[in-house]
Amino acid sequence: MEMVNIKINGEAISVPGDYTILQAARQAGIDIPTLCYLKGVNEIGACRMCLVEVKGARGLVTACVYPVNEGMEVFTNTEKVRIARKTVLELTLSNHERKCLTCPRNQNCELQRLADELNVTDIAFEGEISKHEIDDMSPSIVRDNNKCILCRRCISTCKKIQTVGVIDAQGRGFATKIGCTFDKSLNDTDCVMCGQCIAACPVGALYEKDSTKAVWAALADETKHVVVQTAPAVRVALGEEFGMPIGTRVTGKMATALKKLGFDKVFDTDFAADLTIMEEGTELIGRIKEGGKFPMITSCSPGWVKFCEHNFPDLLDNLSTAKSPHEMYGAIIKSYYAEKEGIDPKDIFVVSVMPCTAKKFESQREELKGTGYPDVDAVLTTRELAKMIKEARLDFVKLPDSGFDNPFGEAATGAGVIFGATGGVMEAALRTVSEVLTGKSCDEIEYKAVRGIEGIKEATVTIGDLDVKVAVAHGLGNARALLEKVRSGEADYHFIEIMACPGGCVTGGGQPIQSAKVKAEIDLKAARAKAIYDEDRSLPIRKSHENPFIKMLYDEFLGEPCGHKSHKLLHTHYVKRDKY
Amino acid sequence: MSEKTGVAFSETKEQAQKLIEVIEKHKNENGALIPVLHEAQEIYGYLPIEVQQKIAEGLGVTMAEIYGVVTFYTQFSVNPKGKYKIGVCLGTACYVKGSGNILDKIKEKLGIDVDECTPDGKFSIDATRCIGACGLAPVMTVNDDVYGRLVPEDIDGILEKYM
Repeated sequence: MEMVNIKINGEAISVPGDYTILQAARQAGIDIPTLCYLKGVNEIGACRMCLVEVKGARGLVTACVYPVNEGMEVFTNTEKVRIARKTVLELTLSNHERKCLTCPRNQNCELQRLADELNVTDIAFEGEISKHEIDDMSPSIVRDNNKCILCRRCISTCKKIQTVGVIDAQGRGFATKIGCTFDKSLNDTDCVMCGQCIAACPVGALYEKDSTKAVWAALADETKHVVVQTAPAVRVALGEEFGMPIGTRVTGKMATALKKLGFDKVFDTDFAADLTIMEEGTELIGRIKEGGKFPMITSCSPGWVKFCEHNFPDLLDNLSTAKSPHEMYGAIIKSYYAEKEGIDPKDIFVVSVMPCTAKKFESQREELKGTGYPDVDAVLTTRELAKMIKEARLDFVKLPDSGFDNPFGEAATGAGVIFGATGGVMEAALRTVSEVLTGKSCDEIEYKAVRGIEGIKEATVTIGDLDVKVAVAHGLGNARALLEKVRSGEADYHFIEIMACPGGCVTGGGQPIQSAKVKAEIDLKAARAKAIYDEDRSLPIRKSHENPFIKMLYDEFLGEPCGHKSHKLLHTHYVKRDKY
Repeated sequence: MSEKTGVAFSETKEQAQKLIEVIEKHKNENGALIPVLHEAQEIYGYLPIEVQQKIAEGLGVTMAEIYGVVTFYTQFSVNPKGKYKIGVCLGTACYVKGSGNILDKIKEKLGIDVDECTPDGKFSIDATRCIGACGLAPVMTVNDDVYGRLVPEDIDGILEKYM
């Protein structure tokens, strides 16, 4: 790209010709406030927070969409600019429900931060304030338009990135609001509950449906044996809620915190990820040997499963019938573990801590009751767990490390851990399937071709005399593109991994929320995934089938993978859902 | 604005066929949505959810986006119009002469709100901009009939004529 020379606040800099003023300023270390801007997702210049003066331009311009050109002179800190930005912010605030103290985004709100940083001390504009009903019908996501500032980051995320598009702007002028068609609840649409809208929202207009109250109540109930499990992605992000750097691993502190919260047992969903690999891997081997339906597609991501049910019902037979790991774990806890410990499964309350909002929806699916009881009773997001830790007054950063509980937890495998990043399920499956098919132990177990943040990854893996064609997609827009190719017969894969969220679970809709500014500088997907792969490398066992507790579970209880008991407890089916 | 009336959607084979043709005609154009919505409203008289679904499917546009466009422009309606379309002028002259009270009286009498239609499909109410009959303010229309210099007490008698 050709470079252009511009001046910002009198300072000469050289930037690529396709930069916006905002990008150029950030490169020069000059901060310009933004609200509606979300890099690569929502670049529409709607909120007017980023106004700057450009010499010769008529009026102030929006830095987030205004391209640089040779000789341009920009001023980001003039009297005119400061007054304009402050007025814009005050106008936005004048129609915003300013109940910050009781807002789910208190202290992590981009609007609140700007009000502080721009020294807003009074809002001169008094007038009508929009009143909206809160939509809390969905088991996963709550929408509160009273907090909405119409930045449209949620719309762009839902429509452009996920190609779901269940929310959009409606009405006009002062009556403009974000909503679903015909004012329906999210719950009555083809929303997949991925929660990426929550991660995109700068304020408290979108948040997860609360499960902390139900979990506190279970913990206080002496008749309940309360078991918690945590997904791999939680441990590489939870620390952010306590001010720790992005990508910090807090596995040990998290286990200690959960014990201090009063859970009777603290288990690691990694174990169930290994179990998933045993079941799903065996299913894949079965399809390869007996000529089953191809491509086989992973089913761990409940947002993806719901998306498939709405948009690709013709491919439902391609989905692996394996339940997602935490659901498998719930079924095992309420059967094998209950039997072993002599506890009536009706008295067991299983809590899953997940990086995901769709898991809340998933846990309520009628099919997921392997023992007759719901496999999982409550799902907390990573953010909700952080809130509970704070509420319990635990000083998280100073907590000592501890391990997970027996009989399952002691030995997590690297294969289970990498489920948290895009490509991880594929890699974990390949580590096991290749050894089972060839009967030989492999040392080369890092399948780098399926790692990384590229939207669609493809590879051909040679196992024995078989060329296994695999593909990995993350983000539903990428999934849709890949599946269109499968549908048209253009692609002939054996095995596909799909994760609903861009980046996989590490950047799931239930993870700690970072501001647009942080996300413009740091790729959360890569930073958190790095921590996942570091954890993988740190573990002595890195293949699911070598987990001694998995072997024990099959020997003592399940028999064989995809056997009779497995089918009852660990496998499920899917339903076609309407698109409209 | 949501579908509040109890008028059930029904369509003739001709209407359905026409809509298919309209979608076919505009499908590959940029910005096809608005012309399709216009023509669909001509075919059905309004744009109920059933019609919006067909358009969403045909054009590959999301339902939320269509609803957004329909609610942005006042000429699109998601509710059917009655056999007798009542228009109450809320232009400046009519408004200061009390057309707000006229509108309230009609709403009360028919039990429906602006942009709605009575369940029997007979009456619908629109609040209009200035219709250019300020000399007769306040003014209402029923289809092509114009009634001027109104007081709320006139309403019963006027509606009676169309019952």
